[in-house]
Order: sequence, then structure tokens, then C-alpha cells
Amino acid sequence: MRITWWFRKNLIRVYMILGFTYLFIPVAYTFAFSFNNGGKSNLVWKGFTLGNWQNPCGAPDVCVALGNSIRVGVISTVLATILGTLIAFAIGRHQFKGRSTINTLIFLPMATPEVVLGASLLAMFLNLGINPGFWPVVIAHVMFCISFVVVTVKARIASLDPRLEQAAMDLYANEFETFRKVTLPLVAPGIAGAALLAFSLSFDDFIITNFNSGTLTTFPKFVYVASARGIPPQANVIGSAMFFLALFIVIAGQLVSRRKAR
Amino acid sequence: MADASSSTRGDLRIVNVTKSFGDFNAVDDLTLTIPEGSFFALLGPSGCGKTTTLRMVAGLEEPTQGSIHIGSTDITHTRPYQRPVNTVFQNYALFPHLSIYENIAFGLRRRGIKDVKEAVNKVLNLVELPHLAERKPVQLSGGQQQRIALARAIVNRPALLLLDEPLGALDLKLRRQMQIELKWIQTEVGITFVHVTHDQEEAMTMADTIAVMNEGKVEQMGTPADLYDNPKTAFVANFLGQSNLIEGRIEGNDGDNFVVDVFGQKIKINKNRSHAKDSSVLAGIRPEKIRIQPAGTAMSGNVLTGGVISDASYIGVSTQFQVEMPWKQELMVFEQNDDGVAPLEKGDAVTLSWEPIFTFALDGREDAFAGSEVHADEE
Repeated sequence: MRITWWFRKNLIRVYMILGFTYLFIPVAYTFAFSFNNGGKSNLVWKGFTLGNWQNPCGAPDVCVALGNSIRVGVISTVLATILGTLIAFAIGRHQFKGRSTINTLIFLPMATPEVVLGASLLAMFLNLGINPGFWPVVIAHVMFCISFVVVTVKARIASLDPRLEQAAMDLYANEFETFRKVTLPLVAPGIAGAALLAFSLSFDDFIITNFNSGTLTTFPKFVYVASARGIPPQANVIGSAMFFLALFIVIAGQLVSRRKAR
Repeated sequence: MADASSSTRGDLRIVNVTKSFGDFNAVDDLTLTIPEGSFFALLGPSGCGKTTTLRMVAGLEEPTQGSIHIGSTDITHTRPYQRPVNTVFQNYALFPHLSIYENIAFGLRRRGIKDVKEAVNKVLNLVELPHLAERKPVQLSGGQQQRIALARAIVNRPALLLLDEPLGALDLKLRRQMQIELKWIQTEVGITFVHVTHDQEEAMTMADTIAVMNEGKVEQMGTPADLYDNPKTAFVANFLGQSNLIEGRIEGNDGDNFVVDVFGQKIKINKNRSHAKDSSVLAGIRPEKIRIQPAGTAMSGNVLTGGVISDASYIGVSTQFQVEMPWKQELMVFEQNDDGVAPLEKGDAVTLSWEPIFTFALDGREDAFAGSEVHADEE
């Protein structure tokens, strides 16, 4: 009786713990195995070491791949965020012919299977005489990130009260000043969120990148290739570091917005 | 000081302004002069064109036809930021990412004024909220946001301050208090206030002059007392307070008065208060002007006999009677509870009377209920 009663009372708590366990076991596993003294293959636990964290570039080429991923990610994020934000403002703030069509079309890249996109892009680049490599990957990443940026920024613009901009104009701010002093600061959190999303999409992408990268190695590609002969623990170190960096950005963002609201 | 406002001062003149949205004329050939320094109210039900008029003056809408002037300057097609006009928006539209101080300083800074501190603090003191300067708008109550919105506008010393239903979001008690405060601030700063509202009590409490708008046109313009005592149309008679409008026919003259036959009984109406086009009239009398006595009491002035009380509601300071007349019309009578006589009850036969000077006459072809139904929608 008592056990049933306790269980009923704590059902949601138990459920929550199970749910989070399910979500975080892979992360915990990755983190734990970043301390494995595993040598070249990191499949079996062979003892604790801090060596992997002290020398994250220890495995051959892992940091070259990481560097490529970061470069592709940063360039794609900047381009996709600028272009996507401009599109979002055009759709969200102006009436023009074909607006609703664009609104629908912008979703298409999100709905298309990545394998198809990747293969088509490769075919297109080859037909244009462009060899796979760094810039084709950047172009591909910008392309699939734009849609996500547009959707994120557009949602923020839609939630913006147009009377705030009218109030700014009423208070002697011309169009440019209104944008700079009122519109942009209010949409900025949406743009920042979109940029983070774009970066993580780019950093994480394997399928489209694999088709279009040629000899260029990105971090996901490195891990995939390495898995054939054993993933080095340095991959776990980098993976864990990325996870904590993302966590830090989210928490910092929360703290900043909470302080701003106060 | 790069003062956008000093060059442009004077009366606001709206000349033959029409604003169309497709086939619909929100504002229809409106001509209006608002004297400098006055507290002016545009009063009307929603959809009457008052907000559109305000937005055209602010520069947020462009007139389809006509022109708008402040003093001798034509501002019809200038941008909002080029006009010496500031607005207190309906939901205040305070900038959520800026502090109260920066909200108020916004207009000054945009006009290139470097030293804003004194002006901002002065206006914060005027609205009695100097301690909130460093807060963000979300941390303020509705009433405080209202005052900050006002402060943000008047700190610029515009030629004209526009208020779009400024008290609509406040509760009744706070609204009353702000009405008095707004009036006081207007007197203090001496700026022309143009106030848009659907609340007749609010307009009458604050404004020197009221323009009653209906379907894109001004029905009547005047002082609150003028509009209340001498309405020219049934819409004004019903929208501002309540009126009894009784069908009648002008039968003759008696000095300054017309003699009007209403269903066989004769009443007098002062010629100055007659807006009849011919002999067919609607005779109007406000409910609180009518005296009510048991049938048979001798009474002077305009007297109507044969009434029966069909409903009586006691509301403390007064009792409101519905009196059914022999011609089956229900008249409203508000009687002050100040004489201690035995109260009249439902079913009592009564005689009604009032001073002839309180009667007004409208064109007999008007809809006697125009403007009365809109109240129910709004409140």
C-alpha cells in the first residue's frame, strides 16, 4: 500500500529522472570516455587518464578537421545570418508581389532529405566545373542554414509591436535611426539565436558535407572515417568540449536576458 | 537647441481631409480647427474615424485628399519625425529594451540635444515618478507606464500632443485620477492636447472643446456644456449622456419660443435650441431635467400628463424612472433623492414637467435612436 502511494505521489519525478537519464547517458558516456586511456581505439575502458584533455590534438589530423569545421561554420554562419535576416525583414515587414510564395518556398530546403540535397549539389558543382572542397561546402552550408535563420528571425519580427517603431518615428527618429535604435535591438536576440542554430547545424553536418568536401576533412567526417579503425579519445574530448561550450552559451544567454529584464 | 517645435506653432488646421481605405472613407471631407493651447477631444464610437484623424496628424497615415497645417506650415506630407507633434499611444509603446530614463530621453537625443539630464529629471518630477528612472518598462504598473508615455512625449515640448485613448487600459478609479492629472498637466505645460476617446465622460471631464465624430465626419463641435445642453443631432443627443426624444410638430410661435404639439399636448421650445428643418421635430429633454409628481399635481413649464411608472430603480443619489406615456413611448426620468417625499412606485400615475429652456429640438426626420446603441457596444 505504502509503496503504491509513494509511487503515485512521485510518478512525475520518476518519469522525469528516467527521461533525463535516457537523454544524457550518451553525453555522459562521451564525457567519461574522453578520460579513457584507450590509445587509438576508444571502445573498451582501459583506465583513467587526463592525457587526452591535456593534448586534445594528439590524434593525427583531429585538429586539422576541427579547424576546418570551425572555419566552415563561422563563414557559413555569418553569411547565412546576414542573408537570412534580410530575407526575414523583407517577408516580415513589407508587402510585395510573391511574398506568400517566398514564405512557402523558404521551407523547402528544410523539408528536402539531406542525402538528396547533398547529391544534387555535388552534381551541380561538377557540372559547373567546380571541384568539391572548402568553398562548395561553405556554399552548401549557407544554403541550408538560411531557411532556419529566416524562420527564427521572422518569428521574432512578427512578435514585435509595430507601434514601437511608430513611436520611435514620432519621437524624431528617421527610418535608419528607428531601425538601429529600436528594431535591431529588439530583434537581436532572435538573430543571435539564429546564428547559434546556424553554427551548430553547420558544425554538425555530415551528409551534405561528405558529398561536397572532396579531400577536405571536417570534424564529423573525421569521426566517421575514424570509426572504421577506432575513434581516438580526442574525438570525445572535442565532442565534450563542444557540449560544455554550448551549455555555457545557453546559460550565459539566460543570465544576460534575466539581468536585462530586471 | 535644435528645436523642431519653435518654428512651427499655432492652430492645428485640418482642411477638407479625406482618408480612404479601398472604397471605405474612414475620414470624409473633415475640416477642423483646433486652437493653440486648447485641450481638444475627438469623441466618437469605434470606427468613426477619430483614430485615423489622429494618425494623419501624427504622420503615421497620409490623407487621400486635403491638407493639414500647424500655424502657417503645411505638414500634410512630411514624415512623422519632421513634425512638432508627439503621441501618447494607446498601449503606451514604451521601448522595452531601454530604461525609463532612456525612453524619455529618446526624442531629445534624436534631435541632437546632448545634455538631456535636466529636462528628463524635470519631466519625471512633473509626473511624480523620479524614483523609477533606472527601471525597465515591464517593471512598471499600467498607471506608471501611462505617465511615462506622457512624460516621453511632453519632454519634447511639441506644438501638439496627441493622446490616443490614453486611459483605456486603466481601471476606473485610476482613470478618474488620471483625467484630473492630465488636465492639470495640460494647464501646466500649455501645449495643445488633442485627445481621442470613445468615453464621453472622459472627454467632458478634460476637454475645453469636443468634436463629436460619426462615420468620418464631425457631427457637432463645442464646449462640453454646449454639446450636452444644445445638441444639434440625435447622434450627439444620445452619444453624450442620455436623451428623451419625442416626435412633435411646430404649431406656432410664442415670443422666443416655438409652440410644439406632442401627441396632443403643447410644449415650448426656445428658438435658439431648435435645429429643426421644418415643422416636423424631435423634442429633446435630458432625464435629469424632468420633475416627476403624482398625477393631478399642478405644475408649471412644459407639462406632459398621462404617464404611468413602468419601472423604478433606486440608485442612491437618485431614482431612475421609466415612464410610459399615452403614446406608448417610455421616457427616462432621473429624480434626485433630496426631498424626502413618499417615493413614487411602479404603477403610479404621474405628471412630468420641466423648464422650457432645457428643451432642444432636432430635425424630425432623424433616427431618434442614432448613437444610443453604440454605447452598449463600447462599455
